[in-house]
Amino acid sequence: MELHCLSIHQLAAELAKGQVSSCQATEHLFERIERHDPVIHGYLELQQDAAIAQADRIDKRRNDGETLGPLAGVPLAIKDNICVSHGRTTCASKILGNFQSPYDAHVIEALNAADAVILGKTNLDEFAMGASTENSGFGLTRNPWNPETVPGGSSGGSAAVVAADLAYAALGSDTGGSIRQPAAFCSVVGLKPTYGRVSRYGLVAFGSSLDQIGPIAKTVPDAALLLAAIASHDRRDSTSAELEVGDYLAEIERPVKPLRIGVASEYFGPGLDKEIAQAVRRALDLYESLGAEIVELSMPLNKYALAVYYIVATAEASSNLARYDGVRYGYRDRDSKDHIDMYSASRAHGFGAEVKRRIMLGTYTLSAGYYDAYYLKALKVRTLIKQDFDKAFEQVDCIAGPVTPTPPFKLGEKIDDPLTLYLSDVYTVMANLTGLPAISIPCGFSSAGLPIGLQLTTKAFSEELLLRIARMFEQATDYHQRKPKLQS
Amino acid sequence: MGYRPTIGLEIHVELSTASKMFCGCPNHFGDPPNSNVCPVCLGMPGVLPTMNRQAYEYAVLMGLALNCRIATFTKWDRKGYYYPDLPKNYQISQYDLPLSSNGYIDLLVNGQTKRIGITRAHLEEDAGKNVHDLPGCTGVDLNRAGVPLLEIVSEPDMNSVPEVMAYARSMRQLVRYLNISQANMQQGHMRFEPNISLWVFDDAEPDGGHYTPIVEVKNLNSFRSLERTVAFEIDRQAGQWQADPDGYRMDKMSKQNRGWDDVREVTVYQRHKEEADEYRYFPEPDLLPVEIDDAWLGRIKAQLPELPIARYARFRKEFGLDEKLTTLLTSERGTADYFEAVVQAGASPHRAANLIQSQGLRLANERGTDVAGLGISAERLAGLCKLADEDKVSATTAAGIFQAMLESDDPPEKIAQDRNLMQVSDTSALEAIVAEVLSENGKAVADYKSGGKKAKKARSFILGQVMQRSKGQANPKVAGELIDRKVLGQT
Ligand SMILES: [Zn+2]
Repeated sequence: MELHCLSIHQLAAELAKGQVSSCQATEHLFERIERHDPVIHGYLELQQDAAIAQADRIDKRRNDGETLGPLAGVPLAIKDNICVSHGRTTCASKILGNFQSPYDAHVIEALNAADAVILGKTNLDEFAMGASTENSGFGLTRNPWNPETVPGGSSGGSAAVVAADLAYAALGSDTGGSIRQPAAFCSVVGLKPTYGRVSRYGLVAFGSSLDQIGPIAKTVPDAALLLAAIASHDRRDSTSAELEVGDYLAEIERPVKPLRIGVASEYFGPGLDKEIAQAVRRALDLYESLGAEIVELSMPLNKYALAVYYIVATAEASSNLARYDGVRYGYRDRDSKDHIDMYSASRAHGFGAEVKRRIMLGTYTLSAGYYDAYYLKALKVRTLIKQDFDKAFEQVDCIAGPVTPTPPFKLGEKIDDPLTLYLSDVYTVMANLTGLPAISIPCGFSSAGLPIGLQLTTKAFSEELLLRIARMFEQATDYHQRKPKLQS
Repeated sequence: MGYRPTIGLEIHVELSTASKMFCGCPNHFGDPPNSNVCPVCLGMPGVLPTMNRQAYEYAVLMGLALNCRIATFTKWDRKGYYYPDLPKNYQISQYDLPLSSNGYIDLLVNGQTKRIGITRAHLEEDAGKNVHDLPGCTGVDLNRAGVPLLEIVSEPDMNSVPEVMAYARSMRQLVRYLNISQANMQQGHMRFEPNISLWVFDDAEPDGGHYTPIVEVKNLNSFRSLERTVAFEIDRQAGQWQADPDGYRMDKMSKQNRGWDDVREVTVYQRHKEEADEYRYFPEPDLLPVEIDDAWLGRIKAQLPELPIARYARFRKEFGLDEKLTTLLTSERGTADYFEAVVQAGASPHRAANLIQSQGLRLANERGTDVAGLGISAERLAGLCKLADEDKVSATTAAGIFQAMLESDDPPEKIAQDRNLMQVSDTSALEAIVAEVLSENGKAVADYKSGGKKAKKARSFILGQVMQRSKGQANPKVAGELIDRKVLGQT
């Protein structure tokens, strides 16, 4: 197999055997990026010198017989809303176009401690607001499976570079599906961990009560390896859990038995693409053939999830993004006559349309007189949805369903229709509202050859179980091994 | 018709924790601009706050001292407004669940106790400062951004300037007693926001009456400006009401904000508050709610010292000190503690109180410290008190020895001996001097003996001679007795 096609586990084995060096792998990827990324545009910034220097350090340490971290010499990509003290952190927004973070996010410290190599920063919808990566302030990203379609979003850059073998894996962030939906659209594995499992310190906030960093990888064991490296308690994030991190790899190959998988009939209502419905049904059949019991669930509150999500997320975003005012860093309008004017002009020119739309929505729902009707009510429904899931997990080990209502759509198809685009999140927002872990794994292709994902959700902090269930399907199928034909 | 001022006060107190409210930066005044800052208090992308437990405990301690109900469950909220000195453009504060509420403080005003209700006291983070003295631009100094700030809101229970001042000063005294703030006015540790209106009533109609429109004055940072502001507003509002008794009323005009002009000594109109300010409060998702259990609350309660008003009452009763002296001794916890330590070490309360008042506080003030900071241990001062109590040194000499003790670590007795300051009460030593003086001043002795008009003067003369010859060391009481015995043959 070609060097770039290897999984992290395969690459690590080659590195350990001395068959290949980290420098070779890293340089090989940069060559590939140079060839293919002009079309895909998954990367916003490459950190070639730093990456090769790091790879070289790791190779030397390996030759010296030193004990190395679990991701030693593995080249990875980072979504550009995660702070790295090297290079820029832009969130794909003009307002942070030249911003250099003075510090590393917790997950970056963790990757450094694991001896990983960072290739560069990947594209996203501005401030992670979107489901297509078309909202980037620095150009859109194309889906490697069909460059006329979107890669999903907001972690579209991360999913695309992993799918195109331009990185061995990547970090994304997921506020309403931003890891899982692009993973489904690009036929890779995307995991949103339980809220609190991975420190948010250094993740530029969108919806603070929903955001979570997670891996996008080629295989389930790779996702497990990456999660193990970044998950931990961090006292800088008060919402990070003081729970031991499980050993995600120890039993990942052992099938879960007995296994009860819940399926909500509501997931298969109108609006779901027929081919996706079929692919998900086939996946359930496969689980059944592997010994699982399929349990029909009714989760009627799910229909409110999208509305609740857009109230909570935009409210938090309107507050989180207030700090981008041109005073201390970032874009500042120079022609303003006073500071009020400077705020308005800097924000008007610095933010893109979708970000401004969400700030306005959030500002509205938090305003006096509307707060009770929108935000407070949304919090109450959010609690009810959580209770719904708690009840479901009394009956089943796992809930399965589609990730997206449609396969990857055409570039520009929904960009002027935000409401339709918001519907892309209809199956993914529940995991964020409830804080539960959820994974997207490849489960087929449409007749047009576009990827389809299967979503699995388990109880809070049961990533070990979730990964094992996902691995059962992966072992029994070959969707994850298929590769897109790239144009260059 | 008449009116009664109705005043409520909001006080912001900076807490003297080592680090800021939500990050590890030093909480320290006076450093170069933007030197005590980090990504968190600069509001950099991606940062998260972490709560300073010390600040929380300080705030709970104050809540307890103010007899408040302490909430066992509180949360944090974001208060949104845009201002350059507010890095995140929201302030982390407490909105609907303050950590303490429904308390009171008792004040002594003109010898009377007055109880002022405390609506609530909650924690928040301070903002930075805009710096306007730069050429051609405004700077922002964020050293203060994120310093823990306690906001204490009173009920509108104050009805006069003296009550407002007693309340404000008691709050300063209290936070200093609790050692939770230096309450240094020059460094902006305390800021006042009075709400002032007049209750206009008619004695003929006891159920009637109305308020004049409430005026809020923000950001007063000295007792003087607070006092002038409240006095000015009472007069101004009374004048407005007299000029327009039917129109100048709260139900016809909205609340207004005015600012204090320190130079012209007037309040200046700023804006009307037509409706509640729009701060878009919502629960801070980056911080967990705080739950206080009995054990934690118990540990905080254990740190609660005897409070000023209780201490005042006890000093009066236990030591029989007068109002003025007691007020002085209890004004600062350090002084009161020192005084009690001196008494504990054997001094008589009056002697200790007088020496601390006449010498200790004066010298401490000269040296910019407090009495305990003078370096005279309570035991040594008690030693000096005992010398005076036993008439071994005179009151005047004791004052001198107090000063000498600042420079010397010797026990007071040794200082007195070395400087020949001990009083001679020993009759055998005095007898010789008295005999000498009597033999040399026959006329005076005769005058004294005669018991006539000149007797009193003659006795003073003889005593003066004895004192002079003893170089002031004779105990005048003992010497006088000796003279009386010798001349009059009294025993
Ligand atoms: Zn700081």
